[in-house]
Amino acid sequence: MTRRPRLRTVVTTGDPVLDVRHLSASYRSVEALDNVSFTMSAGQVVGIIGPNGAGKSTLMKAMLGLIPASQGETLYGDRSLADQRDRVAYVPQRSQIDWTYPATAWDVVMMGRVKKTGWFQRFSADSRQLATAALERVGALELRDRPIGKLSGGQQQRIFLARALVQEADAYFFDEPFVGIDKKTEAVIFDIFHELAAAGKTVLVVHHDLGETMTHFDSLVLLNRELIASGARELVLTAPNLDRAYDGKVAFYNRGAA
Amino acid sequence: MLDLLLEPLQYGFMQRSLVVAVAIGIICAVMGSYLMVQRLSLLGDAISHSLLPGLAIAYLLGFNIYVGAFIAGTLSTVAIDWIRTQTTIKEDAAMGIVFSAFFSLGITLITVIQKDNKIDLNHFLFGNILGVTQADVVSTVAIAILILAVVAALFKELLFYSFDPIAAQAAGLPIHLLGFGLMLLVALTLVASMKAVGLILVLAMLITPGATAYLLVPRLHQVMLLGSAIGVVGSVSGMYLSYFFNLPSGPAIVLVVSGFFLLTLLVSPSQGLLTQSRSNVSQLALWKELKALFH
Repeated sequence: MTRRPRLRTVVTTGDPVLDVRHLSASYRSVEALDNVSFTMSAGQVVGIIGPNGAGKSTLMKAMLGLIPASQGETLYGDRSLADQRDRVAYVPQRSQIDWTYPATAWDVVMMGRVKKTGWFQRFSADSRQLATAALERVGALELRDRPIGKLSGGQQQRIFLARALVQEADAYFFDEPFVGIDKKTEAVIFDIFHELAAAGKTVLVVHHDLGETMTHFDSLVLLNRELIASGARELVLTAPNLDRAYDGKVAFYNRGAA
Repeated sequence: MLDLLLEPLQYGFMQRSLVVAVAIGIICAVMGSYLMVQRLSLLGDAISHSLLPGLAIAYLLGFNIYVGAFIAGTLSTVAIDWIRTQTTIKEDAAMGIVFSAFFSLGITLITVIQKDNKIDLNHFLFGNILGVTQADVVSTVAIAILILAVVAALFKELLFYSFDPIAAQAAGLPIHLLGFGLMLLVALTLVASMKAVGLILVLAMLITPGATAYLLVPRLHQVMLLGSAIGVVGSVSGMYLSYFFNLPSGPAIVLVVSGFFLLTLLVSPSQGLLTQSRSNVSQLALWKELKALFH
């Protein structure tokens, strides 16, 4: 018998759990993020959108303390998010990873259990069951023993999603999970996002496509180095907001999505 | 044939060499695998060259030369990291600057020392595995046990860190400590290997066995195990070559492991030049552009 990842700590939908306050960050002395503030409720799928170079990934990394913020803070509950990293699962951009690394899909999924397992401990049978269940959930169980370099982009992203699931986190951070993947994988990923949100988790996704996939997000954070707008999707996706964020170059915007 | 190989082992110095050869064959392959997967192979070269001044200073002051070399190796990684993080100079340039400076200081110091003392620079540069002392054996084995114990204890953390440091950090792992710990272990590996392989060529013992195994097996621990086997066969063969033909042991060992790599490169099932589709040469971009030039 395999069991699903446990979904604990159900937070009532609507409570603001994530509170970004006046966050600024610079990268090699170029200001990438200027005084960004927004709040986010648990139980929602929230997209961070904006043009290339808007600082979307930088925002995510600065929130988690993976790069130093020059100003501001990010609270999760009533404490700094960076001090509660064991409650966080973060999935980096696929392009940041060396996929020629000698590891199998299984090895990568088990990485999600490293922190929970603890120093000097071996992976438990429980952890292995969780990993099997997560691989099954993302439809990649048969890829278990494949070297990661032999997987397609969509398959690699599924493995990363499985790794995030076994972390049994409360907050999930995904950086551009839909780049270079197939439609079927996209559907699987959105499906799981909604499941996580329904279980009261916090799901934050850096996204750059303003097309039909927009309907999957409950709330949006629109960014162009500074915050343009944040909140419910239909309130953020207005023509004036998008003009400001994209300098009026957003002809591909699908109005039906709002 | 077997007699030919067993006969030298009746000598104490050959027994000591054999123990050292096995130990460094294993730890070089294990630590080299970590360097390879992080694209830090050349850092191994930088640290090894940087050991020399520490060794010389320790010799001058009458301290243990292993400790001196280890301190110098650690200082060099700190210096490289400091230049890389405090300036916009890239890591490869920082490595080049630091290791050439350290190495020059080492050569200078040892040349000065050599005027009054009998210390053979060549042994440190090119290795003399047949000259290891009982104390060398004890240090090498102790270092090897320490390294293997740490790697076994932290394997899952080091795998996560070396594959995806950002996600590892986001999950709460102390990645800077893990990275620095790995570099300390690499420095220890180099210290343990310097007498057998020499500072100049120890890079090959770090990288080549692991790279050979990487062409053959898909998981990190398998790369380490197979790499260790290749490393041990290589260093033991090199030891015999050194004994029978009076060669410096470093080049002898490195030639053997390089031979393994070449063979694997040719016949590896997944990436072999001979086993893969033919006409690799005609597909080379450089060759195509050359042909186009003369058309």
